[in-house]
Amino acid sequence: MARSKSRPLSPHLTIWKWGPHMAISILHRVTGNGLATAGALGLVWWLMAAASGPDAYATFVACATHPLGYLVMIGLSWFFFQHMTSGLRHFVLDMGAGYELATNKRWSLIVPVISTALTIAFWLFIFGKTV
Amino acid sequence: MGNGTGIGRVRGLGSAKHGAHHWLAQRYTAVGNLLLVLWLLFSLVSLPGLDHESVVTWVAQPLVAVPLMLMIVSIFWHLRLGMQVMLEDYVHDKGLAFLSILLLNFYAIGGAAAGIFAIAKIAFMGAAD
Repeated sequence: MARSKSRPLSPHLTIWKWGPHMAISILHRVTGNGLATAGALGLVWWLMAAASGPDAYATFVACATHPLGYLVMIGLSWFFFQHMTSGLRHFVLDMGAGYELATNKRWSLIVPVISTALTIAFWLFIFGKTV
Repeated sequence: MGNGTGIGRVRGLGSAKHGAHHWLAQRYTAVGNLLLVLWLLFSLVSLPGLDHESVVTWVAQPLVAVPLMLMIVSIFWHLRLGMQVMLEDYVHDKGLAFLSILLLNFYAIGGAAAGIFAIAKIAFMGAAD
């Protein structure tokens, strides 16, 4: 982008004290793009493997149930729940609510707690069923 | 800039002259993802098993195949819009920005086509391979 070097940019990222809302905002982008790449590709791989037949499906299951596969799936599930709860927070902000400093900080701190709790509950349920 | 309604003031504006359409479509597909992905997760953990036979039998049902296809459309539409914003923020070179959006469109439409084809094949052909 063409910009005159003699004109200063308004300082924005450098002058603010870090707050939880900034971390949640960046996490929303990180989790969204992680789901958009690894998550979507994994989902299509699963569907394609199921459509291709038992052999292709067995290859998918072997990869998914490898310890690294579980690590990726648990990571993606946390990415999903984090992106979901953070997205629900965005819906509230879109309506013009929740911008008061204390409220905004409180919900920014609660969002990752909810997403982590949902992830733990999800996997406890899965492992509880298989054991 | 008239004194009209809020929607009237943003319609047709922005760098792509599409006003708030991108922003709204991101929200519509977010609601679609919220409902459909939660449905998928609940369904997967409620299935008797995740072996090939169980999954194919489940996907082949019309009331599963159709929402699955809708979920694929919603997911890939949403990720196309979201990744576009990410690329617009970080890719500053005009040629690279053009190329990255081109590849993003290939990825989003190609990925959605692959997902829908897989669901359709299972739905129409069952476990046959």
